Amino acid sequence: MKADQRCVMTGTHFINGDAACCEGALSAGARFAAGYPITPSTEIVERFAARAPQVGGLFIQMEDELASSIAIQGMVWGGQKSFTVTSGPGYSLMMEHIGLAAISETPCVFVDVQRGGPSTGLPTLPAQGDMMQARFGSHGDYVTIAICPNSPQECYDLTVKCFNLAEKFRVPVMFMMDECVGHMTEKVVIPPAEEIDLYPRRHASKPPGEFQLFEAGEELVPEMAHAGEGYKLYVTGLTHDKRGYPALNPAAQRELVGRLFEKIRRAQDELTMVEAEGLEDADVVVVSYGITSRVAQKAIQAARDKGLKVGKLRLICVWPFPEKLIRELAGKVKALVMPELNMGQVVLELERCAGGQCKVIGVPHPGGTVHKPVEILEAIERGAR
Amino acid sequence: MLKELRIAGFGGQGVILAAHILGRAVSIHEGGYATMTQNYGPEARGGAASAALVVSDQPVLYPYAVSLDVLVAMSSEAYTRFVPEVREGGMLLVEEDLVPLDQKAQHLRVYGIPATRLAEELGKKMVLNVIMVGFFCAITGIVVRDAAMKSVKDAVPARFLDLNLKAFERGYEYGVELLAKGPAKGEQQMAVPQEAEV
Repeated sequence: MKADQRCVMTGTHFINGDAACCEGALSAGARFAAGYPITPSTEIVERFAARAPQVGGLFIQMEDELASSIAIQGMVWGGQKSFTVTSGPGYSLMMEHIGLAAISETPCVFVDVQRGGPSTGLPTLPAQGDMMQARFGSHGDYVTIAICPNSPQECYDLTVKCFNLAEKFRVPVMFMMDECVGHMTEKVVIPPAEEIDLYPRRHASKPPGEFQLFEAGEELVPEMAHAGEGYKLYVTGLTHDKRGYPALNPAAQRELVGRLFEKIRRAQDELTMVEAEGLEDADVVVVSYGITSRVAQKAIQAARDKGLKVGKLRLICVWPFPEKLIRELAGKVKALVMPELNMGQVVLELERCAGGQCKVIGVPHPGGTVHKPVEILEAIERGAR
Repeated sequence: MLKELRIAGFGGQGVILAAHILGRAVSIHEGGYATMTQNYGPEARGGAASAALVVSDQPVLYPYAVSLDVLVAMSSEAYTRFVPEVREGGMLLVEEDLVPLDQKAQHLRVYGIPATRLAEELGKKMVLNVIMVGFFCAITGIVVRDAAMKSVKDAVPARFLDLNLKAFERGYEYGVELLAKGPAKGEQQMAVPQEAEV
């Protein structure tokens, strides 16, 4: 399925990451956003509010983030693609409904333009402190997908990707931007609609009566029916059976939660989205994500100038974590270095997957700005020793 | 070739648009790379407004400007705040009626233009930012004139296009004339206290 040309702003633009994210959502077919504007994500919904009427879409400024995060799910079950946009404080408020999206397998996108925290923290400055929250923030057991862009161009491209992944796996997808990428203005090329592939909604292939709302379909993902199409819809946050009816027993729990995990686990290879370079003969590999990967690249170049063998592994998809790849890599190198704009979050997962096969060196940073390349360079040098 | 630039002034002077025009010129019309960042904060309203640009012929990795090659200061406050960020021997372009210089400009190559007055002569004070863009292109050569003019066309509403192109030309000419007087003239004309570096 291709994008609808009427909604795609094909051309070369000089726009910021927030604007690019909004255009990505429109290209992906999002026709509804609900949000409670918050710095540094406001420009996304501001633009969506202006653009939506041009394409038959709708933006509602909700009373808060709880309402935003549930309104988008209602719209998805009404047949549209939807997303909400926030930053740290609002993301915290959305946690409960992220769990609902996970258990009700509602395909939607949550954009978190990360800023310094905890609490209201640094509204106008970058951080990557919500990474663990993106993975474990809601109560109960679930998995999501989390994607990190490192440029306005990727804010466009990967927003489209987020919507596609949401539809394919029927999970809430976390688009983990940060203030730096969101407010940074660069060239963004938006392709013609016919070059943009969209994953179509997995719509019910059986007629009402035969169709079961949560019966595992291809790739363990159920098909979806929308309100008003004549199907019986029972969508609940309670553990449910194939019909969607509450089934409050261990067997139903095992089947449902087991499937929610298994549908993502099976797709590990597809969801291992990385940018790798120079891994073959590297002594040290810098593993990074988001804006930090650009600063890391600078440090990698400086280390190579000093004669060190350094590889780059940028995680585009942070959750699920590329476990297999890291295990293999850890067996071949002296050290893995992970700079991130938090006091050490994803590095814990890196350490776990490395399993003691090599040194793992975190380069923590409380946020507010990006690392100095020299801080990463020092860690590389320590790793190479 | 990597250059770090900052354009700063007070809210309403159009400094963000000026940086946008230059960034767009480099990354779209010249085929180079430009990364623009802005300072956000409570001071943005009424007080200092500023945008930084990192331009290069290679993809820009580190997003922020940390050691400025060029500072364009359009207010006294902007000058005071950002002049310490200019590297030794860097360039300082100022709105000369609004920015009194002091010791801090000593080791910089300084070029002044009465952009607000020139804008008023053209009939609209609001085009002072585009005058500054033209002046910037002439003095620094970092952004090619044609690319910048295309970018002005992209950035301004059609009914103000002629006025803005005139403004660009005015700033550009002023810069060319200033350069023709020799590189030291800028400093002398701006009367930087103590000996100015050529």
